[in-house]
Amino acid sequence: MSNVTTQHNDSLLRFMTCGSVDDGKSTLIGRLLFDTKTILADTLTQMTRTSEKRGLTAVDLSLLTDGLQAEREQGITIDVAYRYFSTGTRKYIIADAPGHEQYTRNMVTAASTANLAIILIDARKGVLTQTRRHSYLAHLVGIPHIVVAVNKMDLVNYDQAIYDKICADYLVFANEIGLAQSKIEAGHDISFIPMSALNGDMLVDRLDNMPWYTGNTMIEILEATPPAHSEHDEPFRFPVQFVCRPHASDNHDLHDFRGFMGRIESGEISVGDAVTVLPNGYQSKVKAIQLGEDQLQSATTEQSVTLLLEDEIDTSRGDMIVKTYEANEPVKQIDAFVCWLSETPMSTARTYVIRHTTRESKAKVGAIHYKVDVNTLEEQASADLKMNDIARITFKLAQPLMIDSYSINRATGAFIVIDESTNNTVGAGMIV
Amino acid sequence: MTTTKQPLSHLDWLESEAIYILREVAGQCSNPVLLFSGGKDSLCILRLAEKAFRPGRFPFPLMHIDTGHNYQEVIDFRDQRATELGERLIVRSVEDSMKRGTVVLKAADESRNKHQSVTLLEAIEEFGFDCCIGGARRDEEKARAKERIMSFRDEFGQWDPKNQRPELWSLYNARSHKGENIRAFPISNWTEMDVWQYIERENLALPSIYFAHQRDVVMRSGSIVPVNVPLVSGEVANPVKAGEDIINMQVRFRTVGDISCTAPVISDADTVSKIVLETATSTITERGATRLDDQTSDASMEQRKKEGYF
Repeated sequence: MSNVTTQHNDSLLRFMTCGSVDDGKSTLIGRLLFDTKTILADTLTQMTRTSEKRGLTAVDLSLLTDGLQAEREQGITIDVAYRYFSTGTRKYIIADAPGHEQYTRNMVTAASTANLAIILIDARKGVLTQTRRHSYLAHLVGIPHIVVAVNKMDLVNYDQAIYDKICADYLVFANEIGLAQSKIEAGHDISFIPMSALNGDMLVDRLDNMPWYTGNTMIEILEATPPAHSEHDEPFRFPVQFVCRPHASDNHDLHDFRGFMGRIESGEISVGDAVTVLPNGYQSKVKAIQLGEDQLQSATTEQSVTLLLEDEIDTSRGDMIVKTYEANEPVKQIDAFVCWLSETPMSTARTYVIRHTTRESKAKVGAIHYKVDVNTLEEQASADLKMNDIARITFKLAQPLMIDSYSINRATGAFIVIDESTNNTVGAGMIV
Repeated sequence: MTTTKQPLSHLDWLESEAIYILREVAGQCSNPVLLFSGGKDSLCILRLAEKAFRPGRFPFPLMHIDTGHNYQEVIDFRDQRATELGERLIVRSVEDSMKRGTVVLKAADESRNKHQSVTLLEAIEEFGFDCCIGGARRDEEKARAKERIMSFRDEFGQWDPKNQRPELWSLYNARSHKGENIRAFPISNWTEMDVWQYIERENLALPSIYFAHQRDVVMRSGSIVPVNVPLVSGEVANPVKAGEDIINMQVRFRTVGDISCTAPVISDADTVSKIVLETATSTITERGATRLDDQTSDASMEQRKKEGYF
């Protein structure tokens, strides 16, 4: 494995790791970076020095992933960190979140951009409460590919029976929460892998301690995982970010130029397609698609482009351009799972701002239906919402939003809640 | 229903994300500014801004905080690029802050890099900027791995790692009250390799000191230090010290910053594609061997950021 590449056409995969330091999560990430030769000599020297200062005999690979002085003083990881490595065929972005119960919000944050989650299980301990929590959250936040990694196999003599038992236990539990079911229906998947992050078994190198396991290594699983948006047809959704009207320019050709700039959040668009601008419902056709100096005939999900329409339509930031035949209905009430992120609890009396795509609306809580215990997955009645709580909530909106269900479309099903007095992001929502 | 679609390449994806972030800044902030040093990262951002906003003008001016200790080639390149783009360039200098007495050097040859923070904050106040767009990347340094794409700074320009907004999906929150400030990092998710690949793909011009060239250097505490560098002011930066032997070497710079704290590496890479290959096989991180100001302690970048550094 080598990261030597001059290729420009690698694909990209974002994934997250769920687990605590005890599960060997930091070691797993350190090992992936180390074995793909992402850690360079000077970083290694610094890690060796720090390891020696702490009286350790071997280099602690987990030092790579605990970053800030404030955290080092407390010896814990309190925030999501992003790491990068490349295999020569694919670039990876790892979201590394702490796994403790009080950090549900960090896990949700890390999960929001991930297309795959590695859920770590200590082979000596089996499926634990935290395994359930991590699996539920990964499922809630819509991560399509779950890898259950049974780690520390070296500490159980690489015993296949122990591994098989843990896999069976996990499947029983996954069935209980409807994870396995919904995964299969939606084309999502769960895979299992035995490994030792410390030793490097089944990560980048297979090694020969587990000849009974013939499945893919971790890196093979990562390499084979389809990138986001590649597996299903999705409706075209184009939230307008910015309107380009260079009328002050000296160039007379540009006097009438009106470009709608944004990123295609899902689906595809071609020149000539009939479109509707929401929420007003104006209809037109795509006259041109531009990316920099290039004129495109069509464009696809995740591309940032400029759309020109055939008719002069009054459109501004926050509007959404969709294909006319698959337009969604603007709504003024939403039902969602909300994870509360702020130390200040949610107030049902207050007005918040909801940001959905590039659009904002004032919002008030209509009802808190129930809170979900992330450990037992029980639904409980609740009058309030505190940090790290997850609840099903109805919001009433001042402005209409153009939504899709989160399970169908993560970009148009997600929103954040903003407290206008501090401008803080205080909640994360997934529309039912 | 199911189709196999060709996913975007990693460079296309990173480019699209950066354009999206730049447009979010333009859409959410009322008075942003793009920090532009003439360095490779900020040159990538200029290219991304062209793709984000042309045929319109950029919805923000460019600004350089000049330490007065920059390589002449880089300053010339900076001015030339701004002129070619037809965009407004603001320059504010650390030397003016020194004249005002807001920056006091402990020693005349001290690195001025960290003092840029003062001048930057003064400029933010002067123009009332509510957002500064910068070229920082998460892979550059440990303290940056947890940095947000939209990073919040309080009225004193301070970065409090414990008081950052959660950032989910691509729903960036760039709101601020008067006096507060957002630092936006469109190429957060890029690595040094991505930057060089993008420069190669987009055929971007760079200041000549990024490419291998002959230069007078000395070895000072294990680093290659360029000496007797002529400055715009007519003075000379990094004068050679008694007892040091000047060596004329073929070197290039991996980062471009204040002369007193940026060291070159030995290299014969004189084209972008040779640099891409060299980057791929390098065993030293970008800032590891070349930024003398990051090595002071394990947490030196974090300390500077808390004080308002970019």
